[in-house]
This record gives sequence, structure tokens and C-alpha cells, in this order.
Amino acid sequence: MEKFIKHVGTGVPLRRSNVDTDQIIPAVYLKRVTRSGFEDGLFAAWRNDPEFVLNQPAFKNGTILVAGSDFGTGSSREHAVWALQNYGFKVIISSRYADIFRGNSLKGGLLTVILDQAKVEAMWEAIEANPELSISVDLESRTVSYDGVSNPFEIDDYTRWRLMEGLDDIGLTLKHTDSIDAFEEKRASYKPKTLPIKS
Amino acid sequence: MAKTLAEKIWADHVVRSADGEPDLLYIDLQLVHEVTSAQAFDGLRLAGRKVRRPDLTIATEDHNTPTLNIDKPIADPVSKLQIDTLRNNAKEFGVRIHSLGDADQGVVHVVGPQLGLTQPGMTIVCGDSHTSTHGAFGAIAFGIGTSEVEHVLATQTLPSSKPKMMAINVEGKLKKGVTAKDIILAIIAKIGTGGGQGYIVEYRGSAIRELSMEGRMTVCNMSIEAGARAGLIAPDEKTFEYIKGKPHAPENFDEALAYWKTLFTDEGAKFDVEVDINADDLEPFVTWGTNPGQGLPLNSSVPNPADFADTTQRTAAERALEYMGLTAGTPLKAIKIDTVFLGSCTNGRIEDLRAAADVLKGKKISSSLRMLVVPGSARVRLQAESEGLDKVFLDAGAEWRNAGCSMCLGMNPDQLTVGERSASTSNRNFEGRQGKGGRTHLVSPLVAAATALRGTLSSPSDL
Ligand code: SF4
Repeated sequence: MEKFIKHVGTGVPLRRSNVDTDQIIPAVYLKRVTRSGFEDGLFAAWRNDPEFVLNQPAFKNGTILVAGSDFGTGSSREHAVWALQNYGFKVIISSRYADIFRGNSLKGGLLTVILDQAKVEAMWEAIEANPELSISVDLESRTVSYDGVSNPFEIDDYTRWRLMEGLDDIGLTLKHTDSIDAFEEKRASYKPKTLPIKS
Repeated sequence: MAKTLAEKIWADHVVRSADGEPDLLYIDLQLVHEVTSAQAFDGLRLAGRKVRRPDLTIATEDHNTPTLNIDKPIADPVSKLQIDTLRNNAKEFGVRIHSLGDADQGVVHVVGPQLGLTQPGMTIVCGDSHTSTHGAFGAIAFGIGTSEVEHVLATQTLPSSKPKMMAINVEGKLKKGVTAKDIILAIIAKIGTGGGQGYIVEYRGSAIRELSMEGRMTVCNMSIEAGARAGLIAPDEKTFEYIKGKPHAPENFDEALAYWKTLFTDEGAKFDVEVDINADDLEPFVTWGTNPGQGLPLNSSVPNPADFADTTQRTAAERALEYMGLTAGTPLKAIKIDTVFLGSCTNGRIEDLRAAADVLKGKKISSSLRMLVVPGSARVRLQAESEGLDKVFLDAGAEWRNAGCSMCLGMNPDQLTVGERSASTSNRNFEGRQGKGGRTHLVSPLVAAATALRGTLSSPSDL
């Protein structure tokens, strides 16, 4: 995973709430067995609409998606995170995320920042007034800043450290294999097993 | 200290905890399917890792499988590749798999319980958000992303932060014709699609106790639609009876039972939030909009967005009505339906099929619509056939399909076309969920059956 310390880019205002993962990437795009190439399916249904924000030339190269509340609800598909990343997004900003989506994004190095709705709206206005507005998202100082405005955001120390180091969770857990072995030794014998097959 | 049910189960699974880090949680069972696993197995392969506990892992094919001609090779080459990839991965990593054509193939959340692999006090995960279904047995069960699938395959654990605790108390007695589906739709309409966010929900109260195991699964299934991490119900005699005799019921049943009987929320345990629902007042519920929180009793009318005080809700309602092609003030019962879908992990179990068949028996569905009946698993299909339910559906003019997710997510050929309107027993009415441009109304199996007969959204009491 790439380290995330600070990202500077332009924003894309997505003035919609409850953007579910079926909107982010519809099911028909989920048949692939790779982690790349999902950018073509990102917001597929909306991309047919010339008015849709990603179709507007001014917002084409944005890397920071500023969305309405309850972003990423619905299906657990991590393909939603991959599609956003494959397209080029590095940061999402919203006032509230669905838990699974947020977990997936932070595991995969897509920073999901929580700012309250008033701050999100102020950002929408600032970006719409000037699509070239430079926005800086600094994980080290936990701030989003643009045009003299600086908004602090919260993220727990552990996740921040993992993102800043670019660490893979599995590697971290495997350091504790002894604890897992010890736990398994004490596990109750009546817990079900899938093997051997019984029918 | 008094603990909630979920806190007890959580505490029993902590492998390691350290200040400022998420708990490392042991996972008792992982369910695997074709759509969210390929990249996880690939990750293992790249890192030279094995599946730590193949004996706590089980795979089936459901999301992307056809429901017709299952004896022939899968027609869509991309879908075929995805299924073949799962089969190859299962073989390579020693994971048990139930493939198309096998009696235990079906929607993951139907298969686990029917094999008796879902038991009280477990932690269960799957790369699918409706894993919450298994909470009906008094387990902590939740959906995870593909990176986490890989993590569990490699380590049988998952770093997780403990959610907050919410109680939803449903007291009272349901009226005739009101079902588990109506309870959960009413709950989501009340607390909203984000209302459960950050919580494990425990469903409690007399109306929940009264539900069958199937009904409890329906309720827990849709916890995620309220944003909750998981939903669960304390196990009781019904739970124990249900597991007894299932293939993977514990051999030392009494020992297991002694543990299961400790699984309840202690007197005096504190929930962070409590929500009360009066079961006496509930009516059959349907959704009118494009998220599961946009629902109303079937007897009411399409709402007027102007009546929503909250701006976000108002804009969402305006957008939903436009997408759904509905006008404010239209009675919900006047809405004409093109397709009825009976199936999914919410309502594709034997009891759901029985309830719908009971309404349809000896009658014909409206000539203006089609009805798809898709059993949740191959075993449910066999059971239904042994009871003659397939004949009831076919005689009524419905289609009797093979098991899978089917039109619940429209990944296989079972899809709505642009503008087509469904009454669906599944769990999501998102834009395009059942096919691009398709319009979905979520309903119970009883409402689905009555709607099929009348052609407009209806309940059996309208017949
Ligand atoms: S039936 Fe629907 S909700 Fe259930 S697992 Fe399949 S796609 Fe998901």
C-alpha cells in the first residue's frame, strides 16, 4: 500500500446524499477477477448524463471527491473503493459514511475524511466558484485546507499511523500468530467445522 | 459487570487487545462466494500465504449464477470466468465448495443456517453486507470487504473496533398479514438508513420472540439497511430446536447448549441507544423511494417531498419520485407492477415460499405482469417441490427458477429493463439495483403474492 501523508489536488462536488455502492459501481461491473480497471464502471448510470459532475470538463481531473452525507451505503463491495481509486480519487470528504465502506477505504489507502455538513457545503460552494481551487489534505496535521480555510478532522491514531506508514494489515496481524495459536488451543470443541463434510 | 449479548460474544473472541488499537477478533466461520473472493485468493497467492483454517471456511456460488439451464455451461464468458475462478481457488486452497447443481448451493446466508453451521455465540463474516442475517441465531455476523476476506483467510482473525450497542424493542402482537419484513421496513423507515451506523443492534421484545427462525433471519438480514454493523437476537428454544438435527449441529450438543443458554443480555446491562416499536400498530409496509428507509404503510399514499422538513430528505425524496416515476398523493395501492420477484436472502426461505403459495393457491397471477420465484438455495427448492409448492406457482402462471441471488441484484440475466417496476421481496431498492433504470418496491412475500394476483401493490386482505 502506498503511504499517505499529504495530498494536494482539486475537488469534485457531488451534491448527493445516500450515494450507495450500487451507484458507485453497479453489479454488472463486478464480474472481473482483478483489482484494476474499474474506473469505467464508476458512477456508470450517472455518467450517461452530460450534466453529471464528472462529465463536466472543469472537474475532470479532480482527485478529492466532496460528497453528501451517508456516502457508500449498501453492498459491501470493495470494488467501490477500487473504482474510486482506479479513477484517480485519493480522498473522499463527507459528513457521514457507511461503516463497511469506510473500513474498506481506510484498509485500501483511500482516505475518507469526515467534516460536518456545513463545512461540506462551504467546500461545494468554493469548488463550484473555482474548480481549480487547490485543496490540501494533510493526514499528519489532520486538516483539510483551501483558500485560507483550515478544517481539522478526526481520525484515530492507529489508522493514521497505518496509512502514513503504508502498512498492510495482514502483515501486522501475522506478528501475533502466537496469540492466535494460543486462542485456538482454548476454543471449545463444539464449535462447528465445515470439514469433514456432513450431510 | 452486566453485559449485553453482543458484548459477551465479543469478549469471548478477543485474541489480543492493546491500547489505541482495534481488538483482534477471532472469526469462527467465513462464508465465501464468487464476487468478493477472487482478489482475496489472488492476494494470498501473491504473498505465498495459505488459508489458515479451511475447516472454518465454506464457499458457494450465488450472486452471478444463472437460474435457468443450470446444467449447461454458463453463457456469459465473464460470469463463467468468475465462477471458474472460485472453483479453482477452492480446490487450490482446500476450501469446501457447493457448486451449481449441488443440493447445498444457494445464497450464502441461506446455506450457512440450513447446514447448521450458523450457531449461537459465533463470530461469522462474509464478503457480503447481508451477513447480518446469521445474527438471528445469537451470533455476531457482519459483512466485510475483499481485503478483509483475505485477512480472515490468512489469519482467521480480523482487527475490529467494538461497535456501540443499540436495542430495538418490538413489543406487542402483529396483526394477521403483518410479517417480519414489515417489522424491519418499519424500523428502517423510523431510524433511517444511517440510524444504526456504528452500532450492533439487538432486536428484543415479545414480537421478536414470537417470530420463527426464518422471520428472525429476515429482520436481522436488513440490519445493514439501517446502517448497522450487525443485528442479533438472543437464542432461545426455537433456535436450539432449529439447529438440532441439522448436518453440522454439535455432536456434544448438551455442552454447546449449556454455553448457548448463557447468551442473553444481562439484567441491568446498558445500551447506548434504545428504540421502541409498537408491534400492535404495524401494517404491511412497502417502499416508495430509492433507499430502504423510504417506506410507508401500504394503505398510505406517495409522500409529497415538500412535507419533509429536512432539506437533505426533501431533495432525496424529490429525486426518488422522479426516478421512480411517481406522483405525490398517488395511493400506493394504485401503483401498477410489471414484475414480482419472490426470493433473496431476505425472503427466499421455505417459510416465505409457503406463505406466498398459500395466497396464490388455485388462482392466476395478473396477465399484466410476470412473477419470478427463486428459492434461496437448492435445498429450499427441493423442499418446496416435495411439498408441491412448485406446482402452485407454476399453475398460477409464475416462473419456478433455480436457486441464487438472481434479480435481487441483477448481476445474472434476471434483470429489470429501463422503467420496469417490480414488487420485490429482496432488501434493496437503490436506483438500478435490479437492472439499469429498473424501479423497485420492497415488499413482504404476502404482499408480493397479492400484488401478483391484482397487478397493483396489494395485501392479501385486498383479495
Ligand atoms: S440475495 Fe441479494 S442481498 Fe442476499 S446475498 Fe444475494 S445479492 Fe446479496
